[in-house]
Amino acid sequence: MLALFYFFVAVAFAIGVWQVNKLLTYRVIFKEIKDGKKIITFENDNNPIATEKDNDIQGKLFLIFLVGFYLFMGYCLIYLHDLMLPDAASIEGEDYDNLYIITFWLIGIVQFITQALLYFFSYKYRGIKGRKATFFADSHKLELIWTTIPTVVLAVLILYGLSIWNDVTDLEGDEAIVVEVYAKQFAWEARYAGRDNELGRGNVRNISGANTMGIDMSDEHAADDIPVRELHLPVGKKVVFKFRSQDVLHSAYMPHFRAQMNCVPGMVTEFGFTPKYTTEEMRQQEDVILKVASVNAAREANGEEPYEFDYLLLCNKICGPSHYNMQMKIVVESEKDYLIWLNQQKTAKELF
Amino acid sequence: MSAHHHKETFVTKYIFSLDHKMISKQFLVTGMIMGVIGVLMSLLFRLQIAWPEHSFSIIEAFLPERFQSEAGVMKPDIYLALVTIHGTIMVFFVLTAGLSGTFSNLLIPLQIGARDMASGFMNCLSYWLFFISSVIMVISLFVQAGPASAGWTIYPPLSALPQAIPGSGTGMTLWLVSMAIFIAQSLIGSLNYIVTILNLRTKGMTMTRLPLTMWALFITAIIGVVSFPVLFSAALLLIFDRSFGTSFYLSDIFIGGEVLNYQGGSPVLFEHLFWFLGHPEVYIVLLPALGLTSEIISTNSRKPIFGYRAMIGSIMAIAFLSTIVWGHHMFISGMNPFLGSVFTFTTLLIAIPSAVKAFNYITTLWKGNLQFNPAMLFSIGLVSTFITGGLTGIVLGDSALDINVHDTYFVVAHFHLVMGVSAIYGMYAGIYHWFPKMYGRMMNKTLGYIHFWITAIAAYGVFFPMHFIGLAGLPRRYYTNTNFPLFDDLANVNQVMTVFALIGGAAQIVFLVNFFMSIYKGKVASQNPWRSNTLEWTTPVEHIHGNWPGEIPEVYRWPYDYSKVDENGEYIFGEDYIMQTVPLKAGEQES
Ligand code: HEM
Ligand SMILES: [Cu+2]
Ligand SMILES: [Cu+2]
Repeated sequence: MLALFYFFVAVAFAIGVWQVNKLLTYRVIFKEIKDGKKIITFENDNNPIATEKDNDIQGKLFLIFLVGFYLFMGYCLIYLHDLMLPDAASIEGEDYDNLYIITFWLIGIVQFITQALLYFFSYKYRGIKGRKATFFADSHKLELIWTTIPTVVLAVLILYGLSIWNDVTDLEGDEAIVVEVYAKQFAWEARYAGRDNELGRGNVRNISGANTMGIDMSDEHAADDIPVRELHLPVGKKVVFKFRSQDVLHSAYMPHFRAQMNCVPGMVTEFGFTPKYTTEEMRQQEDVILKVASVNAAREANGEEPYEFDYLLLCNKICGPSHYNMQMKIVVESEKDYLIWLNQQKTAKELF
Repeated sequence: MSAHHHKETFVTKYIFSLDHKMISKQFLVTGMIMGVIGVLMSLLFRLQIAWPEHSFSIIEAFLPERFQSEAGVMKPDIYLALVTIHGTIMVFFVLTAGLSGTFSNLLIPLQIGARDMASGFMNCLSYWLFFISSVIMVISLFVQAGPASAGWTIYPPLSALPQAIPGSGTGMTLWLVSMAIFIAQSLIGSLNYIVTILNLRTKGMTMTRLPLTMWALFITAIIGVVSFPVLFSAALLLIFDRSFGTSFYLSDIFIGGEVLNYQGGSPVLFEHLFWFLGHPEVYIVLLPALGLTSEIISTNSRKPIFGYRAMIGSIMAIAFLSTIVWGHHMFISGMNPFLGSVFTFTTLLIAIPSAVKAFNYITTLWKGNLQFNPAMLFSIGLVSTFITGGLTGIVLGDSALDINVHDTYFVVAHFHLVMGVSAIYGMYAGIYHWFPKMYGRMMNKTLGYIHFWITAIAAYGVFFPMHFIGLAGLPRRYYTNTNFPLFDDLANVNQVMTVFALIGGAAQIVFLVNFFMSIYKGKVASQNPWRSNTLEWTTPVEHIHGNWPGEIPEVYRWPYDYSKVDENGEYIFGEDYIMQTVPLKAGEQES
């Protein structure tokens, strides 16, 4: 690979020197003046200003570039599609996906039209000697059009976006399961609220021994809390996460659920969603099967074990040297399985 | 203005020069050196992300041994250090000082018809502060534990605690000192630009006869004066927290086995202060590039820029709105969701003037007679990347959608296209266009073409696929993605992107060779090689103090009278351009 780089560097350098040296190749030109006398001038035929021929070539190159760019965008849209995240695995994520699709169609269309105009005009109006450019300095009508249309379109997007934002961030209301997600360099921990569905207070000043999350055991809500190292969530039930961090900023990113929130030392942040598919069901989704196939193709090429889909929580805010390796598995299962699992876990009181 | 007739020594001419033309060259060359460093860093970390933990002799050669986990492999915290310094250098040193510093200094006096900047001394001071801050930033690369590594956004507590990452020790201190000096440099420069444009315009140069370049540089300077001081305070409070035990940003921290003695602060405060500069900063970078481009597109289309007044209006609208959108970087920082709604609203508003600008450029090309000089190619490239990158802003600006793409590679793709690549294109366009004004010689055209096409292909090759790996959920600033099987199928895409980056990097050598050889060997320029209307092309090719040998010329018209015809469809003065110094002909309407 590096050889390739050195090669490019060498080529680039060589072209540079060759071209600039061409500048120095002045031609000797003999001119005859009336009475038969000859004078000698030095001229350089490398004109540093674009000539008609240059305009023609560059104009055509723009057209070719446009075609190439379209093909490249098309290639990315079609072939990189399977790599992207599957459909949302949370109820709230359905709206997210809708808005996402509308927005992408919209900007996609605008992108294809404006790039076409830009490069096509570059080709069509490439300079020709003698052609007069049209003196066209202003048109209030045109400007009104392209101020109004984006305004209207954006207004619609804003309204739809804000209504979703309001729904997603509204965490008030009926009995959601409360889970604390706790970030530290470089691992995640979690805590379920237990029978009273209320978390005991936490502060890093209480950290000692097994009490790694700094739970304040003098709080009456603390004793039944359940500290864990793996997240289990029941399908179809709203979960409200309370995020804390013990050292620096982290961000709890659960891409399949369209969920993310920063974890901020000194403060509790929150986010919530309702899982839609159990892990097993998700594995059967068509786009998950495609994605897993493409991952496994890559893994097989490297001689690695096949991979099976799992939901993940990962860190998405630069947090230190091992930021790239900070993850926790999330299992979504039926409510029954979830309760069985939860009952096997020890409470804070039992642990310390 | 006094005529400068004092004796010149080497020192006053080349080092502590007070002449704006020399100072602009100093900014340019310093910016270019920083640019080379910044780009090389990006190639190093692209190698790591594409071929994680492979050994590269180039990494072995460039990084000190203590920065390598084994020969030829960088350590994870050094990866972050490279990303951090790359971002800092490119955004501030290259695209703020290198771009604005160069072209504000060169063009403001020349295009408004002034003998020099309002204060030559402040101008000189501004350059030397920039120089000092560059030197300190470069020195920070060599400290024992490595340079600042908390990202160019230096969010505390990571940037405040050496226990959290080694680069937050001396490296971070030097970063803060360097940036504080940088901010002073920027403020001094900006004040000078503002005063000069307001007070030293020649006779007839009303505000509505200013070239759009001047408007862009003028508004940029104002944004800078409004927002940089806030970054300064943010940095100052961070210095207090780091060195004097205050708790502006820090609270309840347990690290390295102990609870630190901080209480009551909040990192979210820092985010607000940082982005109050940070978002305007992206326009500080972009507006000058758009300003240069306006001039170049109009000249080379042989047509007036379309919608001159609308362009001024959108520059002002963008400037105003840019100070009230910073929260779109913080939708999921834990700030109140209602605030998020407000910022979504203002952010999507700013898309409107941006769209107007893009449409106006395209209309300027329509029915033109396009002269494809290298500067023109880069300007068209700028419009293209500005649109591609701007459109994804609509995704990011919508708080609901931002939830899932925030801090992924999608953001990296967005801002590189809309800000990074666009502004670099604008800077190149400016260099190719005004090189004759700076050095009295022409750059080689063919090399310019080669440089443009390779760069254009490479830039899209790197940053277009990047959107998709972002939509696959890949977080930015990961040392390697191999710990997540989920991302294994993105490895190929990453490798392709890195190959494009290497090609693009190599193409810049074509430019450097062209630039430095043309200074000495380029063809001698004529006075107005691009047949342009603006005042700078009325000065002699050889630089003189005070710019014009005699009187400063008077201005009679706006700068965009290209291809203006009379009732019979004939060019009014027989040429397809009319310089600003030409009085209106009898019966001619001012455009
Ligand atoms: C026109 C010039 C623009 C420039 C130079 C620019 C630049 C940037 C930069 C540098 C970032 C990265 C911040 C980071 O480190 O995370 C960014 C992010 C962002 N940009 Fe732009 N942008 C521009 C236009 C727009 C437009 C038109 C919009 C919205 C309509 C927009 C919306 C956003 C948002 C919301 C983010 C934050 C995304 C996130 O962090 O999740 N930008 N932009
Ligand atoms: Cu983290
Ligand atoms: Cu912004």
